[in-house]
Amino acid sequence: MLKISKSKLNELFDAVSAKQTLYIPADREAGAAEYRKYEKGMELTSELNTVRSAKDFFFPQTENLADFKIEGKTIEVKDVREECEDFVVFGVRACDARSFTILDKVFLCEPVDSFYKNRRDHGTVVTMACTRPSETCFCQTFGIDPTVPEGDAACFDDGENIFFKANNEKGQKFIDSVASLLEEGDTSKLDEVQAKTKAIMEKLPLAKLSTENFGGDKLNEYFSSDKWAELSQACLGCGTCTFVCPTCQCYDIKDFNTGHGIKRFRCWDSCMYSDFTKMAHGNPRLTQLERFRQRFMHKLVYFPANNDGEFGCVGCGRCLSKCPISMNIVKVMKALEVK
Amino acid sequence: MQEAMIKRAKELLADGSVDRVIGWKRGEFAYDMTPAVFTSAEELDSEFIFDDFTSANVSKYLVKETAKEGKILAFLKPCDTYSFNQLIKEHRIDRDKVYVIGIPGGPKLDIEKIKAKGITGILSVKNEDYTLKIETLYGEETMPFSEAILDKCASCKSKKHVVYDELIGEDGDVLDSNRFDMVEKLENMTAQERFDFWRDQLSKCIRCNACRNVCPACTCENCVFDNPKSGIDNKAPADSFEENMFHIIRAFHVAGRCTDCGECSRVCPQHIPLHLLNRKFIKDINELYGEYQAGADTTSRAPLNTYTKDDCEPSIVHERGVE
Amino acid sequence: MQVNENFEPVIVAFCCNWCSYAGADLSGTNRLNYPSNVKIIRVPCSCRVNPMFILRAFQKGADGVIICGCHPGDCHYTSGNYFTRRRITLLYSMLDFLGIERNRTRLEWVSAAEGAKFAATMEQFTADVKALGPNRRLEDLRCRKQ
Repeated sequence: MLKISKSKLNELFDAVSAKQTLYIPADREAGAAEYRKYEKGMELTSELNTVRSAKDFFFPQTENLADFKIEGKTIEVKDVREECEDFVVFGVRACDARSFTILDKVFLCEPVDSFYKNRRDHGTVVTMACTRPSETCFCQTFGIDPTVPEGDAACFDDGENIFFKANNEKGQKFIDSVASLLEEGDTSKLDEVQAKTKAIMEKLPLAKLSTENFGGDKLNEYFSSDKWAELSQACLGCGTCTFVCPTCQCYDIKDFNTGHGIKRFRCWDSCMYSDFTKMAHGNPRLTQLERFRQRFMHKLVYFPANNDGEFGCVGCGRCLSKCPISMNIVKVMKALEVK
Repeated sequence: MQEAMIKRAKELLADGSVDRVIGWKRGEFAYDMTPAVFTSAEELDSEFIFDDFTSANVSKYLVKETAKEGKILAFLKPCDTYSFNQLIKEHRIDRDKVYVIGIPGGPKLDIEKIKAKGITGILSVKNEDYTLKIETLYGEETMPFSEAILDKCASCKSKKHVVYDELIGEDGDVLDSNRFDMVEKLENMTAQERFDFWRDQLSKCIRCNACRNVCPACTCENCVFDNPKSGIDNKAPADSFEENMFHIIRAFHVAGRCTDCGECSRVCPQHIPLHLLNRKFIKDINELYGEYQAGADTTSRAPLNTYTKDDCEPSIVHERGVE
Repeated sequence: MQVNENFEPVIVAFCCNWCSYAGADLSGTNRLNYPSNVKIIRVPCSCRVNPMFILRAFQKGADGVIICGCHPGDCHYTSGNYFTRRRITLLYSMLDFLGIERNRTRLEWVSAAEGAKFAATMEQFTADVKALGPNRRLEDLRCRKQ
């Protein structure tokens, strides 16, 4: 397998960023990493994952859709789509890589979301295998192997070297573009690291969490469960879980009056908010219970019902560590399962 | 402490003094407690927890809870009693429907500070003589208790319970805290430095509204930021202006009512020091209109609901400190 | 700082109906000049000015915001301007805390008889804001005229 010594990793970043924009997860402060545009000297974070997910690259929090200019009785509509250039996202974890597959199902089915597709076409995702999973990780519940991540190309860390493997043509192109920096390496140590990580995976507190009791056919069973009242009791109705979630894909479209025109933009929305689903007649989801139920039913029942059994969660654990009141999908799954 | 609380809660439930108990419920890990309402002795025995991580302020839930039938027992830490009092003052809580037991406060721990040390795979956290013994998937780690204290507890303003029906443990005093140090440090910077500091911080905002929704002083039925008729109901910070506006208005709306419980900063997923905005208002109020602690009583007038004829002019802002 | 001589700031002046708006009127009837940069918004009382009004003025392109009301003690509604004074002091202090230039905001008491003071105040404030240059720290980029 082709490899590069970790001490030379920045040379690789320099080479990539010389040709196209490169984003890597870097430390913002101790314990909090975020994706940043690579600049010379920037260090790859030692954190397991970023606070915000990688969905921003393809589905940013806000995005301009169109501008309207009104003069007299004429309205001019301007397409404000920015010319998207090729970019590389390096160091995406297996969970986030899978989230792109889930977002693809939403945005690339007919009618195709051209804004999303544009970004997806231009982005190369280079993933990084996990070696130190956290207690909040439960990606294996959804059939993800963090030691062999998806993505266009995957990287593997054996402690001293980073190994590269292409998963598709785009990934191969990426590896070819930096081939001069790579050399053939021995993977025996990498196999050891992978075996060790796999052993840890089995010992994770959430290793036994299973989706077998969930899926598209469980609508009637769970929708009117009396557990929802208790589970949603403490929910603050904030949007933290939805905004740090790599798979939450709901958005709102709004018009902003700039004083000399209108900007139409879309931004992330959260089913936890009181005005989500608000229509002319009012809101069918009157209380936090219904909003809370929607979020988890969507991930565990409605999404698999519409997407060949694929769940709307990748087990990244962000909501587990960020929810202000520590209520999350794991607690919901465990509570619902109890008969 | 936990045993004493459960015992007392069970007694009060059994003799019918209260119908429900609000406290904290055990989670999946050593640190993820959820505020919860308990109705039976069995639930209390199996799920009630009170330890170094039960930092959530439960007073805001009492707005909803006292709208229901029956009486509820609330365990309040000293800082929570201030929020509780403030809500009584604003007629948001029906005092007769709450039985308050004052319990000792922190310092509580911040799991994020433990994780920031690179400690991961946390299975349990034990406090042995103010050294944390942390069992992880990757072996045992230790760190000093003092380095994992929640920011809001590190600058604790009071160990005194300002309202209670009974106490478990002893009452403390109002403390001489250093809570305005950082505000002062910022005040002494140049305008450009302050601007850069806040741009750096507020640009992290993802507008999840956690700071607003957790705030015991934010109890409007329909927030101006959620009201489509207000013209500012934008759901995401589409421009840096909106980040500034949201946080200025959020802090301004609770000025004079904020008890400085520190929940806003505790829940921020992006670690924005939001409490500094609130503390700036508190510091200004103290300096310009006399010492005032929101929630310390239920009768005084809030500083923005009153005035004196010889109040200072706004030009004072232009005259003092660093430009 | 370099002053752009061609820069004409947009000044929003919130004037209370009973004193300051009449003061502005008086300065007009007295044929006093004040800069055309000033756009007056009439409010029933200076305490009608919600902090949001000030922020939104900046958002939509104002370079400076001034609030004018009756002198303390003279409020048509007895005490409105006393509340204004506290509120606006705290708000301006917060804007200062966030690093927004101090001279972009002002509060001035102008009675119905003070036409000259109104004109002089606006003259001075406009000059101060002009010296600061365009509002960049509290602007909404989407609203900037291209």
